[in-house]
Amino acid sequence: MSGDELRGGRVRLAATFFRVGVMNEMQYRVNFFLQLVQSLLTVGTGLIVLAVVFSKTNELGGWSRPQLLAVMGVFTLVGGIIRTFIQPNMERVVNDVREGKLDFALIKPADAQLLVSIRDVRFWQLTDVLVGLAVLTVALVQLRSTMQWQHVAAFIALLLSGLVSIYCFWLMLASASFWLVRINEVQELFDGLFRAGQYPVGIYPGWLRYGLTFIIPLAFAITVPSEAITGRLAWQPVIVMIAFTAVLLVVSRWFWSRGLRRYGGASA
Amino acid sequence: MITLYAAHMRQAVLQQFQYRAANYFYMIGMIAEPVVYLVVWSTIARAHGGSVDGLTPGAFAAYYIVWTLVRNMNIVLTPFAWEERIKEGTFAGQLMKPVHPIHEDLASFAGWKVVVLVLWIPIAFVLVLLFRPTLSPTVLQCVVFFFAIWGAYLIRAIIQWSLGLITFWTTRVAAIFEGYILSEMLLSGRVFPLVLMPHWFQRLTWYFPFRWTFSYPIVALTGPISNRDLFIGLGMQLFWILMGVALLSAVWPRAVKRFSSVGG
Repeated sequence: MSGDELRGGRVRLAATFFRVGVMNEMQYRVNFFLQLVQSLLTVGTGLIVLAVVFSKTNELGGWSRPQLLAVMGVFTLVGGIIRTFIQPNMERVVNDVREGKLDFALIKPADAQLLVSIRDVRFWQLTDVLVGLAVLTVALVQLRSTMQWQHVAAFIALLLSGLVSIYCFWLMLASASFWLVRINEVQELFDGLFRAGQYPVGIYPGWLRYGLTFIIPLAFAITVPSEAITGRLAWQPVIVMIAFTAVLLVVSRWFWSRGLRRYGGASA
Repeated sequence: MITLYAAHMRQAVLQQFQYRAANYFYMIGMIAEPVVYLVVWSTIARAHGGSVDGLTPGAFAAYYIVWTLVRNMNIVLTPFAWEERIKEGTFAGQLMKPVHPIHEDLASFAGWKVVVLVLWIPIAFVLVLLFRPTLSPTVLQCVVFFFAIWGAYLIRAIIQWSLGLITFWTTRVAAIFEGYILSEMLLSGRVFPLVLMPHWFQRLTWYFPFRWTFSYPIVALTGPISNRDLFIGLGMQLFWILMGVALLSAVWPRAVKRFSSVGG
């Protein structure tokens, strides 16, 4: 098989899994409305909190109210994408390792990492993406005087790159289950820490800011894209971000395959 | 009954101590929430000459660090757990026992608190070093705080347990529970100290059980609070515990009837 064919095969594989996942979820159509209600409730609470914060101040760490609203939109959007595509797959890896069911993925004739990353899709979680986009749009309308199309282009590119770094981070978390027995709580840990992303990481004290940048790459997934779309972006963080994401891609792949070798050893 | 509680608590302590790492994951994940609030409010306080509505960064630090203890204390069986129990049929077994099944849950979660408390101490120590709280409670405040955190635990445990019983009628309960939890977030003092809110809002919180499970125990320790309010708070907690028991005894017989009819 040539390189092109291989790549085409992978895309087709991912598309097939996606279609099956969506068909599965389509059976539970009422869930769309329930999920939508939940997304709206969550964002509504966030808006109230934001209103309380801005009843006491005009700006938070150099961010104005519409700018923070944009961050909240991006936060909701990114959270929705993670919960739709990344988290369900990674949680399944953790469970499969514990229950010894990962074999079913490993014996298939495709790259194991690719396969375990595309098996599940929690389609209805996309309501968060819709609500996030709505919030972001409102924020951008308020900010329209300062917005340029370059900002939007940079936003989309950086958002994708940030999502890749979150994926790598989750893959490493999931790979840790090859060594540790019970790590269901990593999901709680991730959900908890993820909340910190609803504010730009710049407001946090140094140690926390670095943690939220280089340990859990929330800064890259949420703050940097938000900076791009609100026109606050400097080029230094972009370079750091691209370099870091590239390193993370390699390291997480390495970590995953180390873990896989261990898995094989344990079941034999 | 006391032996029953002691046995379940002991079992929970032994069980949870085995999962120290898991418990720590859980607790660290939880600590992100108050740290976010704390950073936001201290940032605002600093930008406005050192305080917001009289609260300094040190006062916010005290509020949200005590918050972490109160939050750990008032973790109870989530209403979502009922779905699993019913689906897997484990609840049928619990029904066979001669005592009301809530006792087992109350006791095991209370036992878990012991473990949580031990694991919490180092976390609190680090938070104190990082955020420098100002805290100087009186002896009376400490004593009332001790009872208030258990009062908060009972209120939440009983009400959420009763709420969980809705699962017997419909399995699409997530939106209801989510709505309940989010109202709690705003009305309880979980997200922001209630003194930051307008007066009408503060009055509104009196009509819900929520503020007695977060704001009251926290402020009982951090102050400022008068001795009179300390005891009013305990009284209100007692009131809501009794309300919870009344709710439970109204719903429980119907839920059981419903359960057996589904089980055939």
